[in-house]
Amino acid sequence: MEIGIAHYLSVAGILFTLGLFGIFLNRKNVIIILMSVELMLLAVNINLVTFSTHLQDLSGQIFSIFVLTVAAAEAAIGLAILVVYYRNRATIAVDDIHTMKG
Amino acid sequence: MIQTLVFYMFAIITIACGFMVITARNPVHSVLFLILAFFNAAGLFLLQGAEFISMILVIVYVGAVAVLFLFVVMMLDVNLNEMRRGFVKYLPIGLAVGAVLLVELFTIFTAWVVEPAVISVNAATATPAASEVHNTEALGNLIYTHYVYLFMGSGMVLLLAMVGAIVLTLRSRDGVKKQRIMDQIARPASEEVELVKVSSGGGI
Repeated sequence: MEIGIAHYLSVAGILFTLGLFGIFLNRKNVIIILMSVELMLLAVNINLVTFSTHLQDLSGQIFSIFVLTVAAAEAAIGLAILVVYYRNRATIAVDDIHTMKG
Repeated sequence: MIQTLVFYMFAIITIACGFMVITARNPVHSVLFLILAFFNAAGLFLLQGAEFISMILVIVYVGAVAVLFLFVVMMLDVNLNEMRRGFVKYLPIGLAVGAVLLVELFTIFTAWVVEPAVISVNAATATPAASEVHNTEALGNLIYTHYVYLFMGSGMVLLLAMVGAIVLTLRSRDGVKKQRIMDQIARPASEEVELVKVSSGGGI
């Protein structure tokens, strides 16, 4: 069977759904939520690269690089916020965050 | 044939690792599965001929982001049982939303037909033949010409992230002896240095 565009898009779709599912499933654990967001961004990258190679247009791969950049920045800032939060509260449970005001 | 097999190997391992990331008990195991998922996604990219993105994925995601996650997970002393609370409670709604999204995505992707007549690839961004220009060179040609401002913008995003992360996590602790250089420089000699006239044989 020839591997076509639909195969790669299916993998990306399943990976994106898993990322969304992970956000719902691990409501307590911010670290797993951040990892789920990374999974979703990876799925988006797979989509971009698939369309780029199948339509013979390189701009998809360039946008994939930019998505990668933003993902790296987001992980750095998110984990920094997490470290500061843990230092103040000695926990990373998400449902305590609603006590923050202002 | 071999391409099909390799595709299925990478795809199945990627999806299985994605599943393990969200269901693993220990966050450290989650990060390790995330790393394996990134490696296999890089394999998928390689299979499609996007070599540069593939290697960048390994360097940036595995080398930087996943290791950052690993550091933070190991540094924070996380109570595992506490973290698992609510797992079963949110399972039905998570499954429902996930199933709806998956069905919708499959409906779109399996019905995806590219009409050859409507493809009008921008001549500037069209993929050159692999025998003439390889993938990295072609991407570089584009990034440093057409997308140079976006490229600089992404550099600014990274700089901002670095400054932000340092500002957020920097703290001044009490009881730490530090050199205050400005105070040292600003001290006038008249306050600090005293000239004493010593009479010979007398001592001070």
